[in-house]
Amino acid sequence: MFAHEFFRNALLAGSFVALACGTVGYFVVLRAQVFAGDALSHVAFTGALAAAAAGVDTRVGLFAATAVVALVLGGIGRRAGDDDAAIGITFAWVLGLGVFFLALFSEGSGGGNGLLGARALFGSIFGLSAGEARLAAVIAAAIAAAVLAIARPLLFASVDPAVARARGVPVRALGLAFLVLIGATAAQATQAIGALLLLGLLAAPAGAAHRLTANPYRALALSALLALASVWAGLALSYAVPSLPPSTAIVSIATALYALALLLAAAVESSAPAPPQPAGGRN
Amino acid sequence: MLIASPPATGGPSLDPLHDLAQLTEYPFMVSALEAGTIVAVMAGVVGWFMVLRRQTFAGHTLSVMAFPGASGALLIGLSAAAGYFLVAGLVALAIGLAASGEARDTRGRESAFTGAIQAFGLACGFLFLSLYHGVLSNYESLLFGSFLGVTSSQVLALAAVAAAALAMLAIAGRPLLFASIDAGVAATRGVPTRAVGVGFLLLLGLAVAETAQITGALLVFALLVAPAATAQLITPRIGLSLALSIVIGVLVTWIGLALAYFYGYPVGFYITTIAFAAYVLARAVTAVADRAGPLISRSRPFAADR
Repeated sequence: MFAHEFFRNALLAGSFVALACGTVGYFVVLRAQVFAGDALSHVAFTGALAAAAAGVDTRVGLFAATAVVALVLGGIGRRAGDDDAAIGITFAWVLGLGVFFLALFSEGSGGGNGLLGARALFGSIFGLSAGEARLAAVIAAAIAAAVLAIARPLLFASVDPAVARARGVPVRALGLAFLVLIGATAAQATQAIGALLLLGLLAAPAGAAHRLTANPYRALALSALLALASVWAGLALSYAVPSLPPSTAIVSIATALYALALLLAAAVESSAPAPPQPAGGRN
Repeated sequence: MLIASPPATGGPSLDPLHDLAQLTEYPFMVSALEAGTIVAVMAGVVGWFMVLRRQTFAGHTLSVMAFPGASGALLIGLSAAAGYFLVAGLVALAIGLAASGEARDTRGRESAFTGAIQAFGLACGFLFLSLYHGVLSNYESLLFGSFLGVTSSQVLALAAVAAAALAMLAIAGRPLLFASIDAGVAATRGVPTRAVGVGFLLLLGLAVAETAQITGALLVFALLVAPAATAQLITPRIGLSLALSIVIGVLVTWIGLALAYFYGYPVGFYITTIAFAAYVLARAVTAVADRAGPLISRSRPFAADR
C-alpha cells in the first residue's frame, strides 16, 4: 500500500489536513459556528469555479473567496458568525454566484466543467501530485499552528466573551481571525476531501471530543487525534475497497467515531450522574 | 437550466405588457412561473418559521439531502421522488430527536450533530453515484434544479404538497409559534414542544423534498431563508412579516425567472442575487432607522433576540 506514490502523497496531505480540521473543528463546535464552517466550505466551491472561469490558479480562488466571505460573515453577524439567517443568505448567494461562474466557464471551455465541479465538490485526494501534497501539508500545518497559537485567548473569548473583553482580550478581532482560519481550512481541505464533505472532518471529530471530555486541552488533542484516525483509516479502507471513494470512507469513519462517542457518553451518563458539562454554546 | 435559445427579440422592451406577453408565450415558461409561485409561497411560510426557530442550518442540511436521496434512488431503482422523501424524512427525524434532547446551552454540540449528519449524507450520495458508475454531469441540476423543464403534472403535485404543508401549518401554527418564541413558557403551559419541534422538522423535510426536485437543493434553501429573514428584519409584527415573506419570495422568483428568460444566465444566480440584495437593503434601512432615534426605531425583531 505504501509502495504507491499516490498513496504516500494522500497520506501526507491527509494527515496534516486532518490535524488542521481537528484543531479548528474543536473551536468551531465550541463556538457553535458549525453552520459558518458549512457556509465557508461551500464558498470554496464558488472560489474554485471563479478561478477556473478567470483562468487563474484554483488555489488563489479558493483562498481569496473563503477569506473574503469569512470577513463578510464576521462583519454582518452582530457577534462574529452569530446570525444564522445572515450566514444562510450570504452563502446561498455565493453559491448562486458559483453557478454563474460555472455557466461562464462552460461557455468558454465547452466541456470538462462537470469534472472540475465534481473535483471541487468531492475532492480527489488520490490525485494529488507530490508537490501539491507537500504544499497542502505545509499550509495545513501552518493553520494548525496558528490555531494553537491563539488557543488560550480564543478559548477564553469563546467560553465567556463578556469577561474576556473586560480583561482586555480582543474578542472581536479574535472572532474575525478565527473565521478567516476556518475559511483557510476550507480552502486547503477542498482539494483533498472536497467542499461538500469537509464539514464531516470539521464537525464529527470535534463533536465526539466534546462529548468525551470536558477538559478543553484534552478535547482539542482528542479532536485532532480522531480526525487523524478517520483520515488514516479512511484512506486504508478506500485503498482496500476500490469502489469506495476516499472522501466517503473518511467522512463515514469520522461519523462512525462520532456515533460511538455519543453512545459512550450516554452510557457513562446513565451509569453515574456525571458532573455538569461546561457550557458548549455561547449563551 | 440555461435557456438554449433566447427569444428572438433579444431582451425586454420598455413596454411591460409586451414583456409579459413575451414571458408567457411559451408553455414551459408558464409552468415555470406557476411552479415558482407555488414554491415561493410555501417556502415563504415554512421558511418564516424556520428562521424564527433559528433552524437555518437544519433547513440547509435537509435541502442538500436531495443529493443522497436522488442518487440512492437511482442506485436501487426507486423513483427519485421516493428517495427524496425517504432521506429527508429520516434526516428530519434524526435531527429533530437529537436537537430536542439537548438543552439550550448546548447549541454547539447540537449543530455538530447536524453537521456530521449532513456530511455523512453527502458522502453516501457520492458513494451511491460512484457505485452507479454514473457521470456526475448533472449535479448542477441537483443543486439548482431544472426550473424550466417543469411539466404541468409536476406543477399539480407541487400544488398538492404545498396545500398539505400550509394546511398543517394552519392547524399547528399557534402552538408552533408559541413553542418557537418561548419554549420554556410553552412547555409549562402544556404545549408538547418536543413533538412540535420534531413535527416541524418533518414538515420542513417534506416541503424541501418536494420543492428540491424542481428547484434543486440550493435554490430551495435560498427561497426558504432569504425572504423570511428579510421580512423579520422589516417588521416584528407576526402576521405582517409572514405576509411580507410570501410577497418578497414571489417577487424575487418572478423577477429571477424573467431575467433568466431574457438574459440567459442560470435562474439560481438571479434569484439568489436578488434575494441577497433585498436582505442587504432591509438590513441597511433598519440600521439607519435604529440610529435615527428611539421614536421611529423599533425593537429588534423578536426572532433575533432569543
